[in-house]
This record gives sequence, C-alpha cells and structure tokens, in this order.
Amino acid sequence: MVRTATIQRKIIITAIAWTIGLLIFFPVLWTILTSFKSEAQAIADPPVFLFFDWTLENYSIVQERSDYLRYLWNSVIIAGVSTLLGILVAVPAAWSMAFTPSKRTKDILLWMLSTKMLPAVGVLYPIYLIFIQLNLLDTLIGLIVVLMMINLPIIVWMLYTYFREIPKEILEAARMDGASLQKEILHVLTPMAVPGIASTILLNFILAWNEAFWTLNLTAAKAGPLTAFIASYSSPEGLFYAKLSAASTMAIAPILILGWFSQKQLVRGLTFGAVK
Amino acid sequence: MRKKSALFAAGLLVFAVVGGTFNQSHAATVVTIATVNNGDMIRMQGLTDDFTAKNPDITLEWVTLEENVLRQRVTQDIAAKGGQFDVLTIGTYEVPIWGNNGWLVSLNDLPPDWDVDDLLPAIRNGLTVDGQLYAAPFYGESSMVMFRKDLMAKAGLEMPDAPTWDFIKEAAAAMTDKDNEVYGVCLRGKAGWGENMAFLTATANSFGARWFDEDWKPQFDSREWADTLNFYVDLMNSYGPPGASTNGFNENLSLFQQGKCGMWIDATVAASFVTNQNDSTVTDSVGFALAPDNGLGKRGNWLWAWSLAIPAGSDATDAAKKFISWATSREYTELVASKEGWANVPPGTRKSLYANPAYQEAASFAEMTLNSINAADPTQPTVDPVPYTGVQFVAIPEFAGIATQVGQEFSAALAGQQSVAEALEKAQALTTDEMEAAGY
Repeated sequence: MVRTATIQRKIIITAIAWTIGLLIFFPVLWTILTSFKSEAQAIADPPVFLFFDWTLENYSIVQERSDYLRYLWNSVIIAGVSTLLGILVAVPAAWSMAFTPSKRTKDILLWMLSTKMLPAVGVLYPIYLIFIQLNLLDTLIGLIVVLMMINLPIIVWMLYTYFREIPKEILEAARMDGASLQKEILHVLTPMAVPGIASTILLNFILAWNEAFWTLNLTAAKAGPLTAFIASYSSPEGLFYAKLSAASTMAIAPILILGWFSQKQLVRGLTFGAVK
Repeated sequence: MRKKSALFAAGLLVFAVVGGTFNQSHAATVVTIATVNNGDMIRMQGLTDDFTAKNPDITLEWVTLEENVLRQRVTQDIAAKGGQFDVLTIGTYEVPIWGNNGWLVSLNDLPPDWDVDDLLPAIRNGLTVDGQLYAAPFYGESSMVMFRKDLMAKAGLEMPDAPTWDFIKEAAAAMTDKDNEVYGVCLRGKAGWGENMAFLTATANSFGARWFDEDWKPQFDSREWADTLNFYVDLMNSYGPPGASTNGFNENLSLFQQGKCGMWIDATVAASFVTNQNDSTVTDSVGFALAPDNGLGKRGNWLWAWSLAIPAGSDATDAAKKFISWATSREYTELVASKEGWANVPPGTRKSLYANPAYQEAASFAEMTLNSINAADPTQPTVDPVPYTGVQFVAIPEFAGIATQVGQEFSAALAGQQSVAEALEKAQALTTDEMEAAGY
C-alpha cells in the first residue's frame, strides 16, 4: 500500500517535471521547427507543427546574407575571454572572502551584488562616452572588459559559495607544510574546487554568450557577436519569421550543444551546497 | 610543456582579440552603413557588388538592425559623436529634427546626374530643411486601402477609388463573416508612435483633429479626437479581428495574406507583399484605393520615406556621398529591375519611375501609391492650421515619447480596458505635462 503510494507520487512528480521541462523548452523547439518552414507556413493559422514541407532555404539565405562564422568567432572570443578573465580576478577575491573574512565581507558581497540591480541603461551613456575616448567602440577588447565587469559579481558570489564548502583546515594544513599563498590557491584550493569553478565558467560563458544589451549598443560592423546577428533579422515591417528563426537556431546551436554535453557539471555546480 | 601550451594558447587568444580589433586598419575607405531589415534594404545589400566594382577604393560594411533598435543606436551615436556610422537609414521624422540640430551633412552637392528635380515633391519637401536636402530617399510610402475584390463583389459593393470612412464602415459590416474567421477590416492596434499612432494620427487628420493648436496646446479634449477614437474603437470592435489591440503591421499583413481581412488600411509598401505569389493566398483578388476621408478635404493617409543620410561626424563623407548617390539613383532602380523585375524596385521616390510604362505594367499598385503620396501634405496635415510639420507624426523630439504613451492609452481603450473618454483624458493630461516640461 505504502509502496503503491510512493510509486504514484513518483509518477506524478515525474509527469510534472516533464511538463515544466517541455513548457520551458517549447519556445526553443518552435523556433527550430519554424526555421525549416517557408515564410507562409511560419505564419499559418492554425499553426502547423510537424507536417509541413521541410526546407533548408532559410539557412541558405541567412548564410548567404550574413557572415555567420565571423559573428560566431566574435561570440566565442567575447564570452570565452571575458569568462576566463573574470575567473582570474574572482578566484583570489572569493578566496579572501571565504577564508579570511573581515567584518565588512558580507557588506562587500552585498554591495557587489547590488551593482547587478541597477538597470544597465542607467550607465549606458557614461560607458559609451568612455568607450569613445578610449577608442573601444566596436572592439572585442571593449566588450570583453564590459562583460567581464558585469558578470564579475556573479562569478565571485558563486565561487565564494563553493569555497565556503571546503574545510578551512585543509588550507591551514597546507600552510603549515610551508605552502605559499600562490601554491595554496593554485595547488590546494583550485583542484578541490574544480567542479564549482567549472560550473561557474559554464554558467558565465552562457550569460556572456546571451548578453544582448551591451553587445548591441557597443558594436557596429566589426565586433558584433551572434546577438547582433539575430537582431539583424528582426523587422516590424515585413514577415521574416522563418529567416529570423533560422538565424536564432544558428545562434543558439553552439551553446545548446555545449550545455547538453556539460549538463552534469552544470547541474552539479548549480545545486552544490543546496542540500546540507 | 603544459606551461608552453598555456602560453601558446594565451598568445593565440591575444592575437585573435587584437587582430579582430585592428584587422580593418589597412583597408581602403570604409563606409559603415546602418540600416533596417526590410526587403528593399536587403535587396540593396545583395546588389552592392555593382557599386564596389565601380568604386574599388571603397569598402562597405553593414549594420542591420530592427527599426526601433536602429533608431536608438543611431541617435545615441550621433548625439555622443561616436562616429560609428557613415551612412544612416532614417525616416522623415528624424530628418527635420536632426537637420535643424546640425547633425547631418547637406546633400545639396550630389552630382547633377543624380537629378534632385526628379524626386517626388512631397518626399523631397519632407527631407529638406531651410533649403538643404539632408537625406536622399531610398523608398517612399504612404498608406492606402487594400481590399478583397472577391469579398467586395460578394457583398454587392464596389470600392470607389477615393472612399469615405462611412463607406469603409458599411463595407466592413457587409464583408464580416466571423463564423468563417473573415473580418471586415484590419487596422493597427499595437501601441507605439510608429504603430497605432501613425495610423490614428493620419486618421485623425481626416476627421479634422490635430495634435496641437497654434500655441502648442494639446487638443485631445476636442470633439474631433473624440469622433476619431470613437469611430475607430467601434469599427474595430464590431468588424475587426479578435486581439486587434496587439496587431501591428506584421500581424495584419499575416491576417490579410491568409484571407482573413476584407480590408486593410496600411503602408503602400505592403502592396508588393499582398500580391506576392509566394506568400499571399489572395494575390489575384487584391484591389487598392486611396485612404478614406470624411469630406473635410484631408485623407487619412501618411507619408514616410526611408532615406540615407550622412552624420556630421563621419570621416568618410565623400565616399558616403558616392554610395548614397548610387543607391538612390535612377540607375539603381534599373539595376534592380534587370535582376529582379520592375515590381521589386524601391517605390515612392522618383517621378521618372511612375512615368515608366514597364513599371506601371509590372506594379498594379503603382498609380494608387503615387496618388497616395501626392495626397499627403506634411506642411498642412490637417484641416485647421498647426505649428508643426508631419502627417502621421509631429516633427519635434518629444513626439516619439509622448505618442508612445498616448498609443498605450488608445490601445487600452481598444482592448476594452478603459473607455474612449478616459483614454482621451489621460492623453490630454500626459501630453500637457510633457509639453510643459519641455518648455512649450
């Protein structure tokens, strides 16, 4: 009796989880399906789901019109370098906050997080003017710096949370064995925190990959990443939904694949320390 | 070994980042063009080999963005003197304001064979400030009635070339067949200064309403605005499609192409979409008529031109002028015609195009488009005198923000969230506040 109730409960929870998962994924699935339709099929009412004349024409048009590889390369460089630089800065910062906290550590952490609460547009104009002065508009370097800075609070917070799970005594033992600060961080702390660091890198890579406000406002023809590529297919006067969907699919494909292969690390990292 | 690999990887990364930044520095004159994503502009991008073959010392780079994003990006860049763009795609709303601000380079010195006198007068006037032409029109548009000839015949009616609003209402009632998802009339309802407010401002002109009196006092408390909005809301609630308050150009285009609208009053540029065999299911049964009037001497049609301009901060002015004179020339339209047919040339800018028999034959909507453009007068848009220019907009910087808010109130009235009287009262209050804050 008890066993039957448990099985029923499991079935219900599984069904709910699948329903929520499918609901979340449905817009992505619809975008991918639409990318294989003609423009007329894309706006058909009632909508067609699977039974339509599948075509690769939209991909061919998008490929012909836009230099996809250049946008992809820019995305990889901007997201990759900004994340790695962020990790380089955040590891020592999170170490000091986790293992040698002061009375103000919590305030500093909250202050760092509070910078994420300011709407980005509030600082757009000052940053735009600084970029003009420093000749950083439409450059990869400029975007890397900006994305590194805006994601830094999240990186520090995540690493801080992971580091807090590591027993202090292990680091103290290393110190007693004569390890320098550099060796302590590089050879003792980092190997133990690899899962946390890996999931932080993955999550921030995804955040940087998807960032659209700064990448659209600070680029023109040269440094635009895939967000700029998608934006170029949006139009309020003309039906280009199928082409827009093809461009979107091409833009999200690399990150979807990355997420698929690294989902174990992602889930592990995101739930790390959630249940004690 | 690991250290060496790491160093090599870091070196590669630096090379990629810095290389990506400076790889254009050795190129010829680079002209960066900011443009919108629409059929005519994309077609132009595909034909630029013709320009670069004639001008091998000029390299073209494109930044294509959605209309509202482009407007914001370009405004930001031009105001901050960012110098990101050498050619801008802007409309008849921006040109007079930016020209007055000294943000644009005069195009009065384009070559004589570009033939400025060939431009349609209404379009040319909209792009000229104090005798200086600040933008070259790439394509122009007005608005008109697109209707289903088969449904009209079934209803026993005949669309006049110049219908009245009363006739539109009568025809909408006769064509509506809600059981079969056919709605008599589809109009813009989505909030936005370039969405529902473009349509409603132009419609209001034909009802004798105006945004401001000659002392810049808002006029939403006038009887004419009440008549306009009551007529619109009643028409759409009775004969429009469900959810009309969220319908913009694209949504209505989609409905019309699928045969769900008896009439659609919108941009003349839509004519080529609804008659396109690949996308439309009603290609053979579409007719065109002038935008309606109310017997007051003004029709409810607008005037717009997507135009190419040069920002004052550009360091490639000469090359940009060469590009603009190529893209907006008669020769360009001939190039498009030779590659893609006369029906696909950018319309609404030159007299010579409408005198061309080949174009008249290929584009069944040509005459109605020309008549619609000629019927619009940006300098005297409505019945009573006004202190502003612009048919479906008021050419002042504050307009876009105010009209978007007013559009939200009107859209809410259409959705039934508030009454017409409430919407007008709020519109009057917010416009008064904004104009006073702006110093009017």
